[in-house]
Amino acid sequence: MPSNLETADNPKKLERVVIEPLTRVEGHGKVTLLQDEDLHIKQARLHIVEFRGFEKFIQGRPYWELPVLVQRLCGICPVSHHLAAAKACDMLVGTTQLTATAEKIRRLMHYGQTLQSHALHFFHLCSPDLLFGFDDEVRHRNIVGVIEDSPEIAKQGVLLRKYGQEVIRVTAGKRVHGTGAIPGGVNKSLSQEEIRYLQKDIDQIVQWGQDAVELIKRIFFEQLDYHMAFAAIDTNMLGLVGANGEFDIYHGGLRARDAQGGSIFDHVDYTRYSDYLREGVKNWSYMKFPYIEALGEDAGWYRVGPLARVNNCDYFSTPLAEEQRRLFKEAGHGRPVQASLAFHWARLIELLYCAEAIRELLLDPDLGGTDLLNKGQLQGTGIGVIEAPRGTLFHHYEIDDDGIVNRANLIVSTTNNNQAMNESIRQVAGMYLDGKQLTEPLLNQIEVAIRAYDPCLSCATHAMGKMPLEVVLVNEQNEVVDRLEKRITGDIQRTCP
Amino acid sequence: MLQHPAKPELVFTWGNPSRGDDGLGPAMYELLLQEDLQGVDLLTDYQLQIEHAIDLEGREHVLFVDASISASAPFELVRLRPEQDSSYTTHAMSPQALLSVYQQVNDSTPPPAWLLSIRGYDFGLGEPLSAEANGNLLAAFNHIKTLLGSERPAEQT
Repeated sequence: MPSNLETADNPKKLERVVIEPLTRVEGHGKVTLLQDEDLHIKQARLHIVEFRGFEKFIQGRPYWELPVLVQRLCGICPVSHHLAAAKACDMLVGTTQLTATAEKIRRLMHYGQTLQSHALHFFHLCSPDLLFGFDDEVRHRNIVGVIEDSPEIAKQGVLLRKYGQEVIRVTAGKRVHGTGAIPGGVNKSLSQEEIRYLQKDIDQIVQWGQDAVELIKRIFFEQLDYHMAFAAIDTNMLGLVGANGEFDIYHGGLRARDAQGGSIFDHVDYTRYSDYLREGVKNWSYMKFPYIEALGEDAGWYRVGPLARVNNCDYFSTPLAEEQRRLFKEAGHGRPVQASLAFHWARLIELLYCAEAIRELLLDPDLGGTDLLNKGQLQGTGIGVIEAPRGTLFHHYEIDDDGIVNRANLIVSTTNNNQAMNESIRQVAGMYLDGKQLTEPLLNQIEVAIRAYDPCLSCATHAMGKMPLEVVLVNEQNEVVDRLEKRITGDIQRTCP
Repeated sequence: MLQHPAKPELVFTWGNPSRGDDGLGPAMYELLLQEDLQGVDLLTDYQLQIEHAIDLEGREHVLFVDASISASAPFELVRLRPEQDSSYTTHAMSPQALLSVYQQVNDSTPPPAWLLSIRGYDFGLGEPLSAEANGNLLAAFNHIKTLLGSERPAEQT
């Protein structure tokens, strides 16, 4: 059930606090908190304040342009959109089975992008919170602080990012706007020189992946009770799993489990996603609220992404990640790990898996194969689903007889987590802000809860990021009574009217 | 770690070509690709990120090129210094912050760097470059060609 802080009984009599825009979250979102006279939190909402539909951007374009075109939806997740669109186009061109070379090159690309995305999030965006604490001085709580205090960690983050980007460049053909995946397959295989180039550093990458998991475990267990309780919410979890229940972020069936770990549905053909999932709307947000239809809107919302994937899968196919998954599962004591901050832990297990999977693939002779394409009869509907770094990503297209897109529906990872992010900030607001004066460290706790999901509001809204943070207090007459502004320099300034 | 031989000069542009005038950086990249530029590496991306600090290694000079909604038309050129601004905490960094990451990670001074900000006006998804921005792009292009064929630019503020 949504928390009772979603909608206050009498909001006009409450004081409104606006956190706008969020830092370390791409795009333009804001959080509003309504306090009563006694400073009790009565309402908490994550808003999306701008929306430009991607349907308009896509409709009217020929389907064969889609894998390249959709990369421009978001500068943060271009490879995720590239691969999801390519899978949808596979269906459009009647491809039921990719060649071994095509599938393995796409997988390599996907592992590379997931590795670099997770490295950015941990080493750059969230490790400052985790390493220094949520109430650390603002200027210190950023990547510079990490570098100053732990120079090797920061350097590893930079080099892990670089390695993932190189995997993308080699498999997609270019650093940006790559064309590697095309309808029915890929347009190039890897040369032996390219394979040797990527092999050169992969053992180091795997080692850094192991080090990163050990680091997050150390951080997590140092304050276990706090990390398990912070923004923890009991939710359903959704994601793809492989045919044998194994962890698989490129392909598989949909699995949904409830908060206790019980099955809701399993191995569902993702092209039938609309039989199982619905997208709800609320009059205060432009971002939709997906839910599992069988459970209804109030009980059917769910989480996607690393936390859901590591909880949902039965095993990892690579030994080091599987060892870490077992330890992760033990922390749940027989039920799924529901701590929102465990997203970070799960994310780094996935990073380790990607490093191991890349190392295995680079030994596979199919990467250098010449059989790149399989095509069949053109179809009118194409649906592609992948597990993007931030969670399950759905691309659904309808085309006419000329191959022109006349309908598009995309459910992006961040949208899948919309209700969960709202519930997490309500949990934090109720636990840490209720009855207190609002301060920057307290407000940062709200942002920490959101950052755990690594949301990409650029994907969800197509809005450009705006960096300064602004907190505005408004009374029941809608008058601004206080304003807290985080400037581009990181300085905090209070400007009361 | 993965490295390519670096040419002494680097022009690094960024932006999203499908966001209207945010595509000014990539458009400049395309224009410069047509030129026979000796000793110059051209790179482009959607946005600056921490790994781009590696692209700065071994350079004598770096010119960043980006769209700006606040620069004076047609463009502004400023010398950059490493700066620990709050763009560190976002998915996209400022070039000053990138220089700072370079300095911290390499424990050395980054190469001399400038930012050329081309004035843009409309940043809507799916929109082409506006006519005004296109004019600014051509003016900036001519200036960059002059810069690359001469001594490095003097500092402007």
